Amino acid sequence: MLLSLPALHLQTSEYHPLFQLPHGRLGPWCSPTGSPAPLSCETGCGEGSWILVCRLLVPTQVSLLSMEEDIDTRKINNSFLRDHSYATEADIISTVEFNHTGELLATGDKGGRVVIFQREQESKNQVHRRGEYNVYSTFQSHEPEFDYLKSLEIEEKINKIRWLPQQNAAYFLLSTNDKTVKLWKVSERDKRPEGYNLKDEEGRLRDPATITTLRVPVLRPMDLMVEATPRRVFANAHTYHINSISVNSDYETYMSADDLRINLWNFEITNQSFNIVDIKPANMEELTEVITAAEFHPHHCNSFVYSSSKGTIRLCDMRASALCDRHSKFFEEPEDPSNRSFFSEIISSISDVKFSHSGRYIMTRDYLTVKVWDLNMENRPIETYQVHDYLRSKLCSLYENDCIFDKFECVWNGSDSVIMTGSYNNFFRMFDRNTKRDVTLEASRENSKPRAILKPRKVCVGGKRRKDEISVDSLDFSKKILHTAWHPSENIIAVAATNNLYIFQDKVN
Amino acid sequence: MMLSKGLKRKREEEQEKETLAADAWWLDPSLPAAAQAPPAAASSSLFDLSVLKLHHSLRQGEPDLRHLVLVVNTLRRIQASMAPEPTLPPVPSPPAAPCVADSLLASSDAALSASMASLLEDLSHIEGLSQAPQPLVDEGPPGRPTGGSPASLGALDLLGPATGCLLDDELEGLFEDIDTSMYDSELWAPVSEGLKPGPEDGPGKEEALELDEAELDYLLDVLVGTQALERPPGPGR
Repeated sequence: MLLSLPALHLQTSEYHPLFQLPHGRLGPWCSPTGSPAPLSCETGCGEGSWILVCRLLVPTQVSLLSMEEDIDTRKINNSFLRDHSYATEADIISTVEFNHTGELLATGDKGGRVVIFQREQESKNQVHRRGEYNVYSTFQSHEPEFDYLKSLEIEEKINKIRWLPQQNAAYFLLSTNDKTVKLWKVSERDKRPEGYNLKDEEGRLRDPATITTLRVPVLRPMDLMVEATPRRVFANAHTYHINSISVNSDYETYMSADDLRINLWNFEITNQSFNIVDIKPANMEELTEVITAAEFHPHHCNSFVYSSSKGTIRLCDMRASALCDRHSKFFEEPEDPSNRSFFSEIISSISDVKFSHSGRYIMTRDYLTVKVWDLNMENRPIETYQVHDYLRSKLCSLYENDCIFDKFECVWNGSDSVIMTGSYNNFFRMFDRNTKRDVTLEASRENSKPRAILKPRKVCVGGKRRKDEISVDSLDFSKKILHTAWHPSENIIAVAATNNLYIFQDKVN
Repeated sequence: MMLSKGLKRKREEEQEKETLAADAWWLDPSLPAAAQAPPAAASSSLFDLSVLKLHHSLRQGEPDLRHLVLVVNTLRRIQASMAPEPTLPPVPSPPAAPCVADSLLASSDAALSASMASLLEDLSHIEGLSQAPQPLVDEGPPGRPTGGSPASLGALDLLGPATGCLLDDELEGLFEDIDTSMYDSELWAPVSEGLKPGPEDGPGKEEALELDEAELDYLLDVLVGTQALERPPGPGR
């Protein structure tokens, strides 16, 4: 049973019991004809049912092993960790990201570790196992550091991971903590040379006098080993905390953004970066706004956007000037006077900004809503979706317990037809932009059996609470879904809930 | 804090009334926040909370800039909406030592801390308080709640006790040689567990000490209509 232990063990495909797909059973979100949606991203969320594929726990113990040892990490994940049954704060997942093909899924956690999962290969015998992800590689990306000058500890928590597009057999990703960005190369080794003349099978040197014949070493297959090596370290360029990194479409440069500045890097050059945005006021007393997120345009290598704590988005063109302090476009929605309160600014603070895959739209997440903007229209968003409007009357309490400062992320699906974001109580929400339907789902052990269809949740906002509804006061605000990811071309999503990673996919008949 | 499912947060009745009033008030669409003065109790609790957050944030080794900026901006909004009290007597000796705060915080991010300290100064200027510097010994032990502030001290002793909590333990050591015997009288003996003897701002504090902290807050709110400033707990607590 997948969920039997609170253990820090990794469920691989070998341990997944066989669950029968509920053939012929349709969830409430199936299409009206009664047939389940095809596994294509065109259908959007309203037409499909979501099932849990697997729940993965970050394998803490693997990181204790030296990466230099010739150990098969896959073997370890199958058997090594079963007996460990604790989860620490270091295991809290802080970022999730699919690579460009969706074959790999990377997570970063508070302990500075990166865990990469790989999709199970499709096979004729076990076609229903497709969509499951197993651990591929684990490495310690960042260590805690101490800034002696300021007497401050620099957290090793991984704030963001971004993949580079694959250009050869190896995989490359950028990972960053508050201060330092690193480029990691993840590569496989499945052959090793055997038949040395001067070394024996165990690697000990042989006495040359005992050698009577010569042989040519040959490459023999070995158990797959995945190794991660840091190829570049981009350090000492940020005074404030890095909140975003974004790879440019030229694949030669990337940017890193902190609270007040954005820097442009070349992948090959680590001792220099160009500052392209600087909003630090000459007098820090005049500071009223910080940068909260930034991203490059998916196709135009000269354009990028950055969002602010005041709910504004600026589109900048690097061709215009070296320092992009003057925006090309400025996106801001006028404040709704009927909703005005002391907390208006805090809840308007944008926690995430994402370009659509088409490059035509941007999506922003603030505390209560997700908004879609057309790049051609600056004065208001074209779509606004309420994530959890029932919290509007609770803002005072949420301010008190600091939940109002939580930073939720948002993601597009592959075809830009559905958007997804997280909420509290381990809920996450999907909005279909075409049908205007939305759904609330829950990522929790108690409520999802593997391969069973996820039941939509509903929050009761007042009056009589129906049987399956949850009242606002019963919501658990310590269980927040801040990080989610959507497969680039299929309806597979990854949802991070504290130290658990849930992978759901659209039901396949 | 809304934590576990089904568990309601327990609150004191007063606070609950205040918060409910706060919730109800600022939710009312016909009352734009900036245009109309909210009930003093509601805005005062929000104000106190914001100041608390601000100081907590500033005390971090490396404050979260976004959090800081949002709290400060919210604080400004609350202040802007609160009508200043014209009838208050001039403040006898308001605790305010931005310069001292400056120097003590210089060990951390000098620019940021200096600016934030002067930001606090700026905030208190808005309320028209005089900024006569005061010997730091008047701050008293960090754990002492400033529910003891008498109404006569004025609306916002922002910088006083507040600055006190900004200063870390080195402060105590710095001023150890100052003779505080004139303050160590029986008048200042603790009447409840939460209060500690120590130097305080003015004679008006006497009667305050005989009251329970929560009672005093309520009393002051009712009598004067200004908020009683709560001193955030110091490191010793």
